Amino acid sequence: MTYAVEMLNITKDFPGIRANDNVTVKVEKGTIHALLGENGAGKSTLMSILFGLYQPTSGTIRINEKEVNITDPNVATALGIGMVHQHFKLIECFTVTENIILGMEPTKHGMVDTKSAAAKIKELSELYGLNVEPNSLISDISVGMQQRVEILKMLYRNADILIFDEPTAVLTPQEIEDLMEIMKRLVKEGKSILLITHKLKEIKAVADKCSVLRRGKYIGTVDVKDTDEEKMAEMMVGREVSFTVDKKDAKPGDVVLQIRNLNVKNSKGVLGVKDFSLDVRAGEVVGLAGIDGNGQSELVFALTGMSPIESGQILLDGEDITHKSIKERCNLGMGHIPEDRHKHGLILDFPLKENFIIHEYNEAPFCKNMILQEKEIDKNAEVLIEEFDVRSGEGKDSLTRSMSGGNQQKAIVAREIHRSPKLLIVVQPTRGLDVGAIEYIHKRIIEERDKGKAILMVSLELDEVLDVSDRIAVIFDGCLNGVMDAKATNENELGLLMSGSLRKDGAACEQ
Amino acid sequence: MNSKKDTLLISLLAVFIGILLGVVILIASGHSPMILFNALLRGTFGINLTMGTGLNLRYLGEFIVFSMPIILTGLSVGFAYRTGLFNIGAEGQVMVGGMASVVVAIMVPLPGVLHVIACVAAGALAGALWGFIPGLLKSKFNVHEVVVCIMLNYTGMYFSNWVVRALPGSTESKTAMIPASASLNSDFLSGLTGNSRLNWGILIVIASVLLYWFIIEKTSFGYSLRATGFNKEGARYAGLKVDRNIITSMMISGAFAGLAGTIVALGVFNQGRTLAAFENYGFDGIAVGLVGACNAIGIVLAGLLFGMLKVAQPIMQIAGVPKQIGEIISSSIVLFVAMQYGIKIIIGRIAKRRLEKKEGSVSQ
Amino acid sequence: MNKFMKVGLVSLMAAATLAGCGSGGDSEKCPVKIGFVTDTGGIDDKSFNQSSYEGIKKFAKDNKIDKSCISYVESKSDADYVPNLSQMAEDGNDLVVAAGYLFDKAMGQVSKDYPDTKFFVIDTVVKGKNVVSGVFAAEESSYLAGVAAAMQTKAEGGDTVGFIGGMEGDTIGAFQAGFEQGVASVDPTLKIYVDYAGSFEDAAAGQTVAQKQYNAGAKVIYHAAGNAGNGAIKEAMERAKNGEKVWVIGVDRDQYKDGLDKDTEKSVILTSAMKRVDSATEQISKSVLDGKFKGGKTKLFNLANEGVGYPKKNPNLSDDISSKLDEVVAAIKKGDTKVSTKYIIKNGNMMTGQQVLDELAK
Repeated sequence: MTYAVEMLNITKDFPGIRANDNVTVKVEKGTIHALLGENGAGKSTLMSILFGLYQPTSGTIRINEKEVNITDPNVATALGIGMVHQHFKLIECFTVTENIILGMEPTKHGMVDTKSAAAKIKELSELYGLNVEPNSLISDISVGMQQRVEILKMLYRNADILIFDEPTAVLTPQEIEDLMEIMKRLVKEGKSILLITHKLKEIKAVADKCSVLRRGKYIGTVDVKDTDEEKMAEMMVGREVSFTVDKKDAKPGDVVLQIRNLNVKNSKGVLGVKDFSLDVRAGEVVGLAGIDGNGQSELVFALTGMSPIESGQILLDGEDITHKSIKERCNLGMGHIPEDRHKHGLILDFPLKENFIIHEYNEAPFCKNMILQEKEIDKNAEVLIEEFDVRSGEGKDSLTRSMSGGNQQKAIVAREIHRSPKLLIVVQPTRGLDVGAIEYIHKRIIEERDKGKAILMVSLELDEVLDVSDRIAVIFDGCLNGVMDAKATNENELGLLMSGSLRKDGAACEQ
Repeated sequence: MNSKKDTLLISLLAVFIGILLGVVILIASGHSPMILFNALLRGTFGINLTMGTGLNLRYLGEFIVFSMPIILTGLSVGFAYRTGLFNIGAEGQVMVGGMASVVVAIMVPLPGVLHVIACVAAGALAGALWGFIPGLLKSKFNVHEVVVCIMLNYTGMYFSNWVVRALPGSTESKTAMIPASASLNSDFLSGLTGNSRLNWGILIVIASVLLYWFIIEKTSFGYSLRATGFNKEGARYAGLKVDRNIITSMMISGAFAGLAGTIVALGVFNQGRTLAAFENYGFDGIAVGLVGACNAIGIVLAGLLFGMLKVAQPIMQIAGVPKQIGEIISSSIVLFVAMQYGIKIIIGRIAKRRLEKKEGSVSQ
Repeated sequence: MNKFMKVGLVSLMAAATLAGCGSGGDSEKCPVKIGFVTDTGGIDDKSFNQSSYEGIKKFAKDNKIDKSCISYVESKSDADYVPNLSQMAEDGNDLVVAAGYLFDKAMGQVSKDYPDTKFFVIDTVVKGKNVVSGVFAAEESSYLAGVAAAMQTKAEGGDTVGFIGGMEGDTIGAFQAGFEQGVASVDPTLKIYVDYAGSFEDAAAGQTVAQKQYNAGAKVIYHAAGNAGNGAIKEAMERAKNGEKVWVIGVDRDQYKDGLDKDTEKSVILTSAMKRVDSATEQISKSVLDGKFKGGKTKLFNLANEGVGYPKKNPNLSDDISSKLDEVVAAIKKGDTKVSTKYIIKNGNMMTGQQVLDELAK
C-alpha cells in the first residue's frame, strides 16, 4: 500500500479559532478519497495547507512517502499537486489552449508555440476522455467544459494528486455524471484524487475512502463501499439524520391558491408559462417538479408579483391578486422563500436583524412615526434566531454576508414562516445545503403544513419533491403535465412526465 | 477584535503614511519637509513654527469655512451612494442651489429671519430639483444617472449664470449684494474667530450631518433606502418601492449639495456669481463621501481633512513650494486614506508573518 | 502595528528637526517683503498675473533683494481671495499686491483688517488709508491704437476702422474715446464703426460683431472686450486664411501670439494697446522700499510714467507707423497732445473722424 498524500496530525490555529484539530488524512495512490464535512468543518483550510496557501501550526505532510514542507503553491505544483477551484480561474476571451499554457508558454523562435501545445492538450484530452476542443474560446463553452479545462490545466502541468473543491456545485445533473466518469478514468490512469464535498450521493458514487471532519476535528475514515449514506451523514453532523421526512397524512382544507389559465412571457418574449391552472389547498404541500428552465421561474415570478402576466388569473383565498403589487400580496398572506437567496432573499450587507424585518420595517412594532424601534428589532431577531437555530458569529448583529449558506437560508425560512402566511411559496429550499440543514428545513415546511398553511414547493431535486410533497404537479415546457398523488408515483414516472415523454390526462396544452 | 477601533487606527495610519510620503516628496524636490507640517498646523490653527506665532483663531475659522461646503457635498454623494446611486451631479446642484438662494434673497423681500430661512429652503429645493431629474429618468426610463448628472452639471452652470445676470443690479460677473436679512454672515462667529468668514452656515452643516445620520440609520425610510442601495433586486422582491426610493434619494442628495451652494453664496460672498468653470465642490464631495465611507462621522472627518489640505496649500506655495507639488502631496494623502483596504491587508500580512515567526521559534 | 507607527513617527520627527534648522530669520535680510496674490488665472496666465509678478521680480533683482523676500500665491477660486490676501498680510509682508478688478471687494475687506500692511490693487479702485489703487490711462494707449489703425488702413487703401468693446460704460468708453481721437488725428475722413459684444466672455458674440465690421469694409479692428475680443481675433484669422488682409489690435497686453496662425506663422495682431502692469508693480514696490508709499490714493499709470504703451516688438507694424507712434508718445508725454476720455459714437453706429471731432468740440 503506497500513499500519495499523508497529512498527519495536522493542527491549524487562526487567531481565536482552531480550524483543524489534529487531523489525519491518508490518500492511497490511484484512489478517490473524499473529504466530507458540513460548511465550516475545516475542509478548505486543510486543502489550503496541502496546496501551500497556509502553513500548519503543527503536524507533518508526506507526499509519495517523503516528508515535505509546502511553503507556497509553487512548491505544491512542483510536487505534482493540482487544485480545481470551485470558482474557475479562466480568462474568458482566451482559447482553451491559451488558458492552459498561461504562465508556462512553450516558445519556438521566441514566439508562443500554441500549435504544439494544442496538440499536447488534444492528446491529454483524448487520454482521459475529456473531449475538450483546444481552440474553442472559453466564453463559448459550457460550465462543465470549463471545469474540464481546469482539469486539463493540472494534467498539462503533470499533476498526479488532484484536489477537487466542491466540483459539482456549479454543474447540471448530466454534467455531474460526466464528471464522475472522468474522475474514475483519471484514477484508472494512476492519478490520486482528493474530493471535497458534502454531497453523500457523489461520494457513494465515486469515492473509495471517505474522511470526515466535524467542526475542525477529525472524526474518522471509512471505506465507502461498506458504509451507507446514513452512517456518513451521522459522522458528519454528529447525530442521526433522517433522509425521509416524517409526516402524517395531509388534511387538505379550503383552496388557498388558485391559478387560472395563466400565461406568462419569459425574458425572451415568448410564453414561458402556458395556460397553467393549479390549486393549492390549506394543509397540503404541492410540489412542482420539472427540469430546470421549463417555466418554474416565470410561474413563481408571476405568482409573487415580480413580473407581469399575459393573461389568466391568480386568486389568494378567493381574492383576485392578479394585478396586486408585491407588497399587497405579502400583506394578504403570501410568503415566499426565493430561489436565489443572495439576489432576492437577503440584503447581504445588512446585519441579520435587519434582514428579519424587511417586510415589516415600516410597520408597528418595528417602526413608530417613521423611526425604527431598535429594541423591538433586536427582540424579534433574538426570538427568530433562537427558534430557528440560526447560527452566526455575532448573533443578530452579524453581517448576513458573513454567514454560511445554510444559515442564510435558515434566516429566510425563519423570516417567512414567522410571519405565518396563509400561502408559502418555497423555491429550491435546500439547494447547496448540507444534510443537517436540509432535514431541518423539510421539518419546518411540514410543520407549517400541519398548522393548516398552503405550501407550493418548487424544486429540481426529485428526492425532495417526493419526500416532502403531498401532491406533485409536473411542469413541462410551461404546461402543466399532470398532478400526481405523491404516494402513488415514483421517480421513473415523474422523470417521464418531466421530460414530456409521457402525457397525463388533463394535461394542458397537448399538441 | 474591535473593528471600529481598527478602522479608526487604520485611517490615522493612512493619513500618517500620506504625510510621510509628502515629506519624501518635499525632500526630493529640494524643499524643507518642515513646510508641510507648518502649513498643516498653520492652515488649521494658525500656529506658525518658523515664525513662532501661536494659535490664531482666524485660521481655524477659515479652515472650517473651507470644509463646510465639501462636507455638504460629501453628504450629498454619500447619501446617493448608500442608495446605490452615483451622484456625480453635486457640482450642478451646488450651483443651482446657490443661484436659487440669491434669487430669493434679492427678489423676495421677507421680514427678519424669515428671509434667510426662505433663501436656505430655496437652495435646498433647487438642489433637490436638480437631483430629481436624474432620479426620475433613472427610475422611469433606466437612463444611467451618471450621464444625466454630468450633463446637468453644465446645464446648471449655464442656467445659473443666465439667471444671475438677469437679476436687477447684476453686472456681467455678479449680482448686487444681498440684503443683510438674507445673509448668513455672523459678527458673533466671525468675532469669535479673529474676523474669519465663519458664518451661520455652520449650523446648516451640523444640522445636515445630524439629519443624514438620523435618516440613514434611524428611520424606516433610511432602512428602505439602504436596502435598495445594497441589493436593488432583493429590495424589490421584498416589496419595497425601489423606483420611488431612487427618486427620493436623489432629491435628498441634491438638497444637501444645494445647501452647499447656499452657504457659499449667502455666507462667503453675499452675492451671486457667474462661473466660467466648475469650482469642484461637487467633485471634492465624491472623494469626501467615499473616503468618509458614506457615514456621517466619516464624511465630517474626510471633509475636515480636505479642508485642511486646501488651506495648507497656499501656505506651502508662499513658502516656495510650487502649486503642483502641493497638489501632489494633498492627493497622496487622500490616496492613502482611500487605500485603507490595502493598508489593512499589508498590516494583516505583517501580523501573520510575525505570528508565524513567533510560532516557529516556539516549536523549535 | 504600534511598532510600525512608532518607527514612522520617529523618522518623521527626525526629518522635521533636521529640516527645521535651515529656515527662519528672513525678516533681517529683507529690506522689504512683498507678497502677490493671483486671481483664478494663475501665475502663468501670460497676462495680468504673470506680468505683475514679473514687475515685482524685476524690482527685486534691480535692487538686489533676496528672492526669498518676494512670494506669490495662486487663488484656485474666488473664495480664496480673502484668505490669501490675509495670509500674505499675516506673513509679515510690507506690501501685498493683487491684480484685477475681481479683487475689489476682497481687497477692501482685508485692507481694513490689516491696517499696518500696505496694499496695491491694480486696475480697480479700492478705498482705504493703506491701499494704493493703480489705474491706467487707457485713452492714451487707445489713442496710439487709433493712430496705428488709421495709418494701416490708409496704407492698404481702406477707409474704415472698427472698435469692439465688451460692456458699455465709462471704463471701456475711455478706450473707445482714445481710439476715436487717434483715428481722427490721422485722417478725419475715415469711418469708425463702434460695436459692443455685450459681454467680456462671449467669444461668439465678439466674432459676430467683428464679422459685421469686416463686412462693412473695416481693415483694422481694435478690441477692448476681454475674451469676447478673442472672437474678433478668431474671425480675423479665418479671413486671413482665405487671403483677406485684415487686422486686430490687441488690448491690455501683447496679444501677438493670440493671433498667430501656426501654419503660416503670421499673426493678425497689428499691435497691442498695453497696460504695463509690470511697470506699475515695479514702481509701487520701489516706492515702498524708498519709504514713499502713500496709501489712500489712486495712482494713474500713463504714457508719461510708462504705465501704458505698445509692445517693443511689432513684427506687423511698418517703420512708418512705428516712428509715427513714437512721435505721438512724445507729444502726449510733453502735453502737446491731450486725449479726452469722452466717447462719442453710440453702440452699433458709425461716424467719421470729423464728426467725432465736431462732437468733441461742442
